[in-house]
Amino acid sequence: MKSAIKKLQEDYAAHRVTPLQVFQDTLLKARENQEKCNSFVTLFDHVEESSQRGDLQNVVYALKDNFSTKGILTTASSNTLSNYVPVYDATVYQKLKDAGAVLIGKTTMDEFGLGGTGLTAHTGYVFNPLDTTRQAGGSSAGSACVVSSGVVPFAIGSDTGDSVRKPAAYCGIVGYKPTYGLISRYGLFAFASSMDHVGVLTRSVYDAAMVVDVIKGKDEKDMTSIDSSSMHLVESLVHANHQPKKLFYIKEIMDITKYSKPSDELKMTFSLFEQLTKKAKEKGISIVGESFDEDLLRAIASTYTCLTCAEATSNLSNLTSILFGPQEEANDVNEMMMAHRTKGFSSLIKRRLIIGSYVLQKENQEKYFINAQRVRRLIVEKMNALFSKYDGLILPCSEGGAKYIDESKNHTSDDLRILENHMAIGNFGGFPSITIPCGFVKGLPVGINITGKVLDDCNVLEIAARLEEMIAYQNPLVKEEM
Amino acid sequence: MNYIPTIGIEMHCEMKSHTKVFSRARNTYSEEANIHVSPVDIGLPGILPVLNKECVRKAIKAACILNCTIPKYLYFDRKNYYYPDLPKGYQITQSHDPIGQNGKILVPFQDGDFEVLIHDIHLEEDSAQLEHIGRYSYINYNRSGVPLLELVTEPCFHSKEEVIAFLEYIRRVYQYADISLADATKGQIRCDVNISLSKDDTLGTKVEVKNVNSFANVGAVIDSEIERQLHLITCGRAEEIEQETRRFDEESGETKRMRSKADAIDYKYFVEPNIPKIRIDEKMIDEIKKEIPVLPRERFLKYTKDYGLTKVDAQTILKEKAISDYFDSWIDAGIEPLEACNWIIGPILGYLNKEGMKISDFEFSIADFQFVLEKLHDGTISSKQAKEIVGKMLTEHASPKDLITHDFAQISDEEVLNQIISEIIERSSEQLEAYKNGRTNLFSYFVGQVMKETGGKANPIKTRDLLEKKLK
Repeated sequence: MKSAIKKLQEDYAAHRVTPLQVFQDTLLKARENQEKCNSFVTLFDHVEESSQRGDLQNVVYALKDNFSTKGILTTASSNTLSNYVPVYDATVYQKLKDAGAVLIGKTTMDEFGLGGTGLTAHTGYVFNPLDTTRQAGGSSAGSACVVSSGVVPFAIGSDTGDSVRKPAAYCGIVGYKPTYGLISRYGLFAFASSMDHVGVLTRSVYDAAMVVDVIKGKDEKDMTSIDSSSMHLVESLVHANHQPKKLFYIKEIMDITKYSKPSDELKMTFSLFEQLTKKAKEKGISIVGESFDEDLLRAIASTYTCLTCAEATSNLSNLTSILFGPQEEANDVNEMMMAHRTKGFSSLIKRRLIIGSYVLQKENQEKYFINAQRVRRLIVEKMNALFSKYDGLILPCSEGGAKYIDESKNHTSDDLRILENHMAIGNFGGFPSITIPCGFVKGLPVGINITGKVLDDCNVLEIAARLEEMIAYQNPLVKEEM
Repeated sequence: MNYIPTIGIEMHCEMKSHTKVFSRARNTYSEEANIHVSPVDIGLPGILPVLNKECVRKAIKAACILNCTIPKYLYFDRKNYYYPDLPKGYQITQSHDPIGQNGKILVPFQDGDFEVLIHDIHLEEDSAQLEHIGRYSYINYNRSGVPLLELVTEPCFHSKEEVIAFLEYIRRVYQYADISLADATKGQIRCDVNISLSKDDTLGTKVEVKNVNSFANVGAVIDSEIERQLHLITCGRAEEIEQETRRFDEESGETKRMRSKADAIDYKYFVEPNIPKIRIDEKMIDEIKKEIPVLPRERFLKYTKDYGLTKVDAQTILKEKAISDYFDSWIDAGIEPLEACNWIIGPILGYLNKEGMKISDFEFSIADFQFVLEKLHDGTISSKQAKEIVGKMLTEHASPKDLITHDFAQISDEEVLNQIISEIIERSSEQLEAYKNGRTNLFSYFVGQVMKETGGKANPIKTRDLLEKKLK
């Protein structure tokens, strides 16, 4: 199985390279990448060797800028935190430090994770390394860029709707969001707590498993974290027994006749999916169509918007500049808070916070917020029923490759709403969900997503690894031996 | 026609616990600002609440004492609003399914009990403390995240006295059950008071007075609000009584308008997503019930009815659970309740007060007191001596056995006593003659002389016997 991390460790062990050489090379590549893609909010000039003899000793990585890192600027790509230096470490960061991993910088993101383009950071656009006229996808835009460009073998992201998996698809890499609770959220800046997940971006399924093995675990600082001490992702990948697997896709999404004016990209994406289906069958993975209530499917995007905006209004209420964040001159504290938020938030966030506030208002709550929770529950129940028959759901991640940065060049058909938003199902149910590259459409990578039932992470990764091997995707920017 | 006030109370009480309700910072009072603070308490980005089980158990205990229905699952809600003392921009509280619902409790009042109906009791976190000095406001986060128990009564009170009796009683119950220190001087209790006036059973327009920080002020609020509302009614301006929120201005002793119902804040409550629902099983409730001590009302009945203590004495003993428990241990040791009461209320509490000590610091064993009491009962010492012995015992930390043999052993030897009596009679010929002529009240003069001669150590019973014989 291909693994950039294992390769690096073997090189260290055989003394083919020293950590210092790797660090120098990494920082050089990182600076080039920063020039090209604007991937970092903070990029270190210099890093130190780790004395921790953990599973990731001297493996370099990047962390999304919404993880609390003591003494290191952490902005969540927002002007409201443009000068914020945390005083405590996120559990994920602590675990990576303990495992000997070496952080090279903090990556650019959509402000507070509320966005899917990588275009809303306070430090400017993030550009797709494969085509800089394109988006990297969001919100974990910088993290996807640096992994895709071969700067680091892995980066940490966060995923509330598809914020790890979508940019992974756009950048031609692996994006994995484990079962909700598998990885502690302590220190991850909250966007929508009930759907926020820590995720990992890598160039192989094996590496994703390796990193998650290190960062998962019950954390006494996060009550929603769960004990997974009996789950060993790498071990289960290595000892996979290649049993036949059954996956389903949602017919209503994959029926080309449902799209009034299907684009070339869409047709090509679907044809890639068809080829994959055929090949997978030979490898013992059957992929069949299942029907899903179209009303529910159409409700995914609005349910997501309603619930995440509501939680976000509350979660972002701590941004008052009283204790942290840049303070504005004002006559009183209310004016000061108002000025801070008015000046600090981008218009996209303001719009979402207003939506969130609106759906939570007493007179609207039942109609919007509570109903959205019901829809969420119905979708999760339907998925669980399907998971009793199947190992997982498989679907393309989007219409085609990465969108243009110039939004006017992008298709905006309403038909695409379901296809473009279905990965939020993984967040509704806290399901393990992974995106792997499955080929190219018009020269741009496209991804395929596999989502399984809660705590069935090993199975989901095994399927992803088998498909990965079968697809044999070649990253255009990084030459890697298989 | 007379107007009757109807009052409902929301009583917020800081709970006693080792750490705060959602963080690991210590929950303790401190004069120094901002020392018991964790990232969670100041709402830094990325923090998560971790529920303190000790607080949950104590909240359930309170719910049991108040005879509340306890839901099967424990949830928390977010109450969203902006205020400089609220670092997260929301308070974690319980709104839709509080830990105790629909309860009731009997409260001792004047010559009987009255029943108070409890709407609910819930667990929440306190905000930080604001202090306004000159042009500046200071924030002290020590209080941020301190566990609060909020008790909401039905509008079931009709007088200030009932309200105060209830508050005093609940404070005492919280102290007895180790739920809270309930120390108002440390700002641990704050009340919201809802008052309306009505001529009949229908409720009048409710006015809420928020954040009243002492029971005395609760009384003042009730008085001034009744007066204000009555004044408006009698002036024919009843329509000016508006459903509104007011605050108490301590300087003027009056309530002041804060906002009307129309401007009420929409707190946009929703379930706190970071605390998974927790099952409260029957077994846990039963365990907690076992931890509930006998409460002051039940103790009061036992002390006054079974033991015959006066109400005043019973109340003195009940002021603190530790004193009441100490009194009970005397009874368990076989000491007569009235005697135990007199000794504890008199010398022992007097001593503790003087030394500024608590009963928990009191190191003398009951056996020592029992020894003194035995000697008193068998006539070895007088009750005056007994008091002196106890006094010395406490101040000099001496053993009562030594004290009785060395300083206080009575002179019971008849020969010695007869000798003294003879000498006294000899030099008191005047008094002797008068006595023999019928002034029998001079008998006590002779007793007094014997006592004077012996420094009070003469056995009083023997002295009287011998004197009677001699003076015949």
